[in-house]
Amino acid sequence: MTDPLAPIADPAAPLARRNPAAKLAAAAVLTLALVVTLDPVAPGVALAAELLAAPLFGIRLAALMRRAWPLLVSVSGAVLTLVLFAEDRSGTVLVDLGPFTVTTSVMSSALALSLRLFAVALPGVIVLATTDPTDLADALVQNARAPERFAIGTLAALRLVPLLTQEWRTIVLARRARGIDAGRNPVARLRLFASAAFTLLVGAIRRGTRLAAAMEARGFDSGAPRTHARRQVFTRADTALVAGAAALAAAALTASVLTGAFRPVFGG
Amino acid sequence: MGTVRLSGFGHRHAGRRRWALRGLDLRIEHGERVALLGPSGAGKSTLLAVLAGLLGPEAGEREGTVEVDGLDPRLARERTATVFQDPRSQLVMERAGDDVAFGLENRGVPPERIWPRVDEVLDLVGFPHGRDRSTRALSGGEEQRLALAGALAPRPGLLLLDEPTANLDPDGARLVREALAAVRDTTVLMVEHRIADALPLLDRVVVLEPGGGVRADGPPERVFAEHGARLAAEGVWVPGVPLPRRTARHGAGERLLAASRLTFRHPGAPRPALDGLDGLEVRAAEALAVLGPNGTGKSTLALLLGGLLAPTSGEVTATAALAGRDAARPPHRWRAKDLAPRIGSVFQEPEAQFVTARVRDELTAGPGRRPRRRPGGRPDPRDARAGELMDRLGLGALAEANPHTLSGGEQRRLSVATALAAAPRLLVLDEPTFGQDRRTWIELVDLLADLRDEGHGIVAVTHDPDFTAALADREVRLPRPGAAPSPGAAPSPSPGTPPSPSPGTAPGRGRGPGHRPPTAPAEHR
Repeated sequence: MTDPLAPIADPAAPLARRNPAAKLAAAAVLTLALVVTLDPVAPGVALAAELLAAPLFGIRLAALMRRAWPLLVSVSGAVLTLVLFAEDRSGTVLVDLGPFTVTTSVMSSALALSLRLFAVALPGVIVLATTDPTDLADALVQNARAPERFAIGTLAALRLVPLLTQEWRTIVLARRARGIDAGRNPVARLRLFASAAFTLLVGAIRRGTRLAAAMEARGFDSGAPRTHARRQVFTRADTALVAGAAALAAAALTASVLTGAFRPVFGG
Repeated sequence: MGTVRLSGFGHRHAGRRRWALRGLDLRIEHGERVALLGPSGAGKSTLLAVLAGLLGPEAGEREGTVEVDGLDPRLARERTATVFQDPRSQLVMERAGDDVAFGLENRGVPPERIWPRVDEVLDLVGFPHGRDRSTRALSGGEEQRLALAGALAPRPGLLLLDEPTANLDPDGARLVREALAAVRDTTVLMVEHRIADALPLLDRVVVLEPGGGVRADGPPERVFAEHGARLAAEGVWVPGVPLPRRTARHGAGERLLAASRLTFRHPGAPRPALDGLDGLEVRAAEALAVLGPNGTGKSTLALLLGGLLAPTSGEVTATAALAGRDAARPPHRWRAKDLAPRIGSVFQEPEAQFVTARVRDELTAGPGRRPRRRPGGRPDPRDARAGELMDRLGLGALAEANPHTLSGGEQRRLSVATALAAAPRLLVLDEPTFGQDRRTWIELVDLLADLRDEGHGIVAVTHDPDFTAALADREVRLPRPGAAPSPGAAPSPSPGTPPSPSPGTAPGRGRGPGHRPPTAPAEHR
């Protein structure tokens, strides 16, 4: 089974090796800058730069596409919605489908929307694809001063997620063995789902409690200062990565303003 | 280091009427290796939790004193370490080495001293992989070895073991015992069900009295010689006390199920969980034990025979004796309401099977709609059957209890009862004796033997050699993956298994599951 959290990139690539907290910060800066405008220019500039940077993260584009397919699906959904329901159908008619006339204005809105979706989502996808969850937790604790309780606790809980999938399968099979199936009745289906979900929850809480006790028995969260076996260092290169992302965000917004395309989300 | 003092100690959990522990006087000295025994409910696990500093006075009511190295156990937490029963919920990190380092980090060990110590304890417990090994890719025995390494890394004075091998197959349990034998200079206090195999590790046994206090205390041989018979009657696994054998009263009856060239592969898995099992027959009035090491697809086989999974290739066929006209279709295609009265399945985890909030309701829930009760109408026959089952399995007093609050043994009996509620002709059980005390074990063997002698077919996937010896009329041993003899290749059966062409139909022992079919099973269908 493929693990959705496993890194797909070459870990030795120059930008993939950057501090996970720096990567996360860079992605956050870029994303925040792009959500403030509705025009196609800023995301276009950012997306071009992101695609150019992807190889520096050791990501092969084919692998990236496989990872990002849910994104492709949601973008096509958004474009289809626009084509069907766009209010503004001015400009030159490109395809005449009766009520769904595709015009240049529809196409430009659709283009802006898809560029935005890609440009906003891609940095996050790249960070997840090139970062080991353990390293991320280490960096958040050591470089971003995130609480240990939160970072290590989340990491430990993450380990239990695949077990939940397994358990869900067992619960569903056990219900069939008891002679209970919903057949085609939607109400029965819902009730069956609810009761199976409850059983899953009972098991998950029990296991979570045991894990918490085991962590406590090993001295976690005892109030004493922890040391860190794995060092995460924040170097100048990491600062440069964040600064680079900020510069890119500024450049994209500047380009958008200079071309007159800038349309702020609020008050535009 | 690692001394324990209890004097007049008692603990009562909040909201309970009964004291879990009371009037306990006990001294354990540095370096002793002690097993805690006692019937279930004697407070063994409670005592471990108290000593581990996980159960403080605020969690209930306290009397007397308890000290580890002269300190309150919660203040002595740095000096104690615990290994719990479930390997999966005590590993924290994604990589093996990081997990061992976790406890050292928590105790503020300087980073440059962490990795040498990690390597040292991994070596001590005989962990077979490197530091970077994913903790998700370990066998149960390896997981527990790793948990033990993590517990030992901070050099605890007192090591507490709460049934560390109860969830493991015999090979895994042996790995853990070997690792424990390497522990030196540490006080060890262990709770373990099947104590016989752990005896060489121990120099003292303490028996807790359920009402309070210590019943017996001393070297294992002496304690078992003086108190063995009573302990065995109370459900404790006393080494050397013989177990009942229940051989079949009649010969095997008609055929109920047959499996041919049965293969199952999880979607996306690199190799099948079960590969081309051929010529397996399940008969009425016969108890069939399915044996083999972990990872050979025993649990998968139980699901396939139970009509719960569709095979990737090959087939399970039911006979008319089991399914009437439905015999034309394989069991996994039957509606659930038709399946339950024919084949009952008992899962390894009893809780997965519970669907209601009362024991009584568990036994009346199931296929079909309950007929509406009219005043003066006839009583539902299901209520009568539920009452009978509860009596037979000793659940009568628990009829109103919530299934999730029962003890492990009670849950196991209830899960068997739920499968029997629909009166199936065939019962398929996955590791029914895991973690059971001696009394529940005997009750379970008796119940299954009675069912068999009444004409039910029994299939049990098991690692428990005592269970197989007591009940099984026939055994099937699944080979290690890749060890199945294939055409053109030299047969390499697992040790002790005579290479025989098929499991056969005649009662006998230790037969192999047979050759691969001459044509390779289809990859996917």
